[in-house]
Amino acid sequence: MGAWQSYSLRLQRRRWRIRAFRKRRDLRPIANRTDQIRPSDLLLFSTQRNEGIRLPWFLKYYRDMGVNHFFFVDNDSSDGSLDYLARQADVSVWTTRQSYKRSRFGVDWMNWLLMKYGHDHWCLTVDPDELFLYPFCDTRPLRALTDWLDASSIKSFSAMLLDMYPKGPLDQHPYTAGQNPLEVTSWFDAGNYTIRKNPKLGNLWIQGGPRARMFFADQPELAPALNKVPLVRWDRRYAYVSSTHNLLPRGLNQVYDEWGGEKASGALLHTKFLATFTEKAAEEVDRRQHYGASREYIAYAEGVKENPDLWCKWSEKYINWRQLEILGIMSKGNWA
Amino acid sequence: MSVGIIMLVHTAFNRAEDVARHWARGGCPVVIHVDNAVPRAHFEDLRQRLADFPDVLFSKRHRCEWGTWGLVAATQDAAELLLKSFKDVRHVYLASGACLPLRPVEELTSYLAERPRTDFIESATTADVPWTVGGLEHERFTLHFPFSWRNSRFLFDKFVELQRRVGYKRHIPKGITPHMGSQWWCLTRQTLSAILDDPERPRHDAYFKHVWIPDESYFQTLARLYSTQVESRSLTLSKFDFQGKPHIFYDDHLQLLRRSDCFVARKIWPHADRLYNAFLTDPNRVMSRQEPNPGKIDRIFAKAVDRRTRGRPGLYMQSRYPNEGWENGVTAGKYSVFQGFSELFVCFEQWLARATAAQVHGHLYAPKRAEFTSGQTLINGALSDNAALRDANPKAFLTNLVWNTRGERQCFQYGPYDNPKILSPMSRDPNAQISVISGAWAVPLFKSNSNFSDIRAEAARLQKIESRMLDILRSPEIKARIRIWSMAEFIENPMEPLQIIIDEIGQKSLRRLAEAPTLEDLTGFGQFLQNLKNQGMHPYLMGDFPVDPSPRNTRSGGRKPYLVKK
Repeated sequence: MGAWQSYSLRLQRRRWRIRAFRKRRDLRPIANRTDQIRPSDLLLFSTQRNEGIRLPWFLKYYRDMGVNHFFFVDNDSSDGSLDYLARQADVSVWTTRQSYKRSRFGVDWMNWLLMKYGHDHWCLTVDPDELFLYPFCDTRPLRALTDWLDASSIKSFSAMLLDMYPKGPLDQHPYTAGQNPLEVTSWFDAGNYTIRKNPKLGNLWIQGGPRARMFFADQPELAPALNKVPLVRWDRRYAYVSSTHNLLPRGLNQVYDEWGGEKASGALLHTKFLATFTEKAAEEVDRRQHYGASREYIAYAEGVKENPDLWCKWSEKYINWRQLEILGIMSKGNWA
Repeated sequence: MSVGIIMLVHTAFNRAEDVARHWARGGCPVVIHVDNAVPRAHFEDLRQRLADFPDVLFSKRHRCEWGTWGLVAATQDAAELLLKSFKDVRHVYLASGACLPLRPVEELTSYLAERPRTDFIESATTADVPWTVGGLEHERFTLHFPFSWRNSRFLFDKFVELQRRVGYKRHIPKGITPHMGSQWWCLTRQTLSAILDDPERPRHDAYFKHVWIPDESYFQTLARLYSTQVESRSLTLSKFDFQGKPHIFYDDHLQLLRRSDCFVARKIWPHADRLYNAFLTDPNRVMSRQEPNPGKIDRIFAKAVDRRTRGRPGLYMQSRYPNEGWENGVTAGKYSVFQGFSELFVCFEQWLARATAAQVHGHLYAPKRAEFTSGQTLINGALSDNAALRDANPKAFLTNLVWNTRGERQCFQYGPYDNPKILSPMSRDPNAQISVISGAWAVPLFKSNSNFSDIRAEAARLQKIESRMLDILRSPEIKARIRIWSMAEFIENPMEPLQIIIDEIGQKSLRRLAEAPTLEDLTGFGQFLQNLKNQGMHPYLMGDFPVDPSPRNTRSGGRKPYLVKK
């Protein structure tokens, strides 16, 4: 990398940080319990809008994993989820009515909270429909992973987005609050992911899965990105660039080995395709607040009208992380 | 006679306290060294909490930065204190705060009592150790290292380089042969006191102060001078990964550690409650009284290192994306590509499936869709037959297919109509077996019912494409198993090459082919080529076909298959 490119990335990082700083004014604190945070705490950051039905399971899942404090930005919810979050003892929540799109799909808000509260903590940045998995997550708490990453001088941890879906049309499987969403969306595509390298930021660009197969077969280059780096030992100089797909400084995107070996990595089980999805897709098309002119949601809304079955005879049923490890979706690396 | 324990502690004090109590309850005196970097309050706290054990002492504190002399100085002081304060100690066991005894203390004491003269210390000459990290083996004894490896790596490296360049070498004191080994040892009072009371000790210390990572060489080298019986292994189970940092044990290693029969394991994760509970508070465990046997653990950690450094061949994923040439296998398994076969033979794919039990696809890179076996639109791993998805990344399509069907040989057809971008990656893949009958694309044209001018144009186009393909397959950097025949050459004697290809696929016993594939009827093909020539297009890839078919090809009922007998 030349000096010029290095400098321009530095400028870009500064721009995102200044932007995040300016967007702090969007956020109005509803419950700020950040004084409880101890230096070694594991933090989780999330943006949500009308995800009330998912939150009980989401909070339970990550509390069991060992997350100590949750940060939420509520984007103008109308389903009571803001009150619900404000009542939780380990949650700090801010609310905003500002445009999701103009905060670069929540990234500016996340960057600001990370900058202010995440410094020198391990921070997990996930959406309410994403369940994080890492090697040995059934027997070792998240702190075991972060301690190991610290000992190995690793600052960022990759977890690919794995789209989960039900068997049969989406609206056939009702979901109730507090239920494990994986009971409904328990299937996934095991081996149709394609990878390219982003030469500028050094991250891998992964596409594929049921969304590419069902909604983007004609324009594969527009299929959503699945690469994510959700777990980072945060420093206030860092900034997420595009969702949690990549961040700056670019060294943090080097979560893969280029000399034949495998680094340790996890997965984000993406439980987007619950029965609520049909409604959501229609609403998001009207709001036009999503990435790429909400292209994704337009494609979904069209696809969903026919109430599609994402399931096929080659779909895999989710069992545990070891299954994903064997399938080559995630890796233990040298953690044993 | 008892065993004295030295514990080097710098963090996780409550765990260190648990372990110290455990040793002391088992009748082993303990001397604890706490890193000088630890705040005084923590130190005093630990001292208070262990005050009820008279046999737990604290030695003079040193700053113990990794790889520096401080660790040796700390060990020396602690050992002196231990030997002076507890006269009946015969063996001294060096452990860290993250060490966990796996077997009852009595077992360790009786094991050592049975071997009163043996020093357990891993100690090998520098030429014989493969596990040093950073490439500094003998040089760690002959260079100076004033800069920290951890904190100022750049200066460290530069200074090493400088010394190498000017040819600087430190003098190794007389009588010393550098040895290295695990820093966790168990020495007899005789050997240890000989090292500590040696009149030469100031000279030794002065020398080792500037050796890199002296804690892995000071005692290891000097023990060789005084010991009557060195058993070169550590009683502490400690595994290192490819960066030279210790593997950590967690709760889920409980069974593994139980079965290892080692006396002490390191390094234990401080929050591994189940491990600490199981090994420190459960005195009624089955007495094993066996020789330590860490084989299973060795295998697991060796596998982990292999996973990290070599990975799984043919896998491309979020945390493994090898540069070209570093794949350790471009694809996950062997596969076969056939060009021109399905054009030349009737129902070649079905025949191949019968002959080999492999999974036989049609043209996977056909323009319209990937022709998966038996007309499927999706295949293993939910890989789609959609051409746009496939052509967005043709190589990933292939590597995915081969990865998804690991254990089942894949065969597919290829030809000048198909996406040409995949040929170059395939030709560089040692797993590919590519067999080409050049010019066979002319057979469907010959059979087709189009206007001759169209046929002529199409033939010219396909010939040009195939000729470019053959150039790729004949380039110097190919790694695939490639065989090319002209069509004329091939039909002279089709069974021999087929037999070779099938043998190489080698899934169905050693049986020779019982059934030959049927050739398309080529009566008049020579004339067809001549017509192309007459129209000014020169078909050359299929080899020489006589205009008048030779008499043996004109027998009625088609050509009889010709089987080679050995």
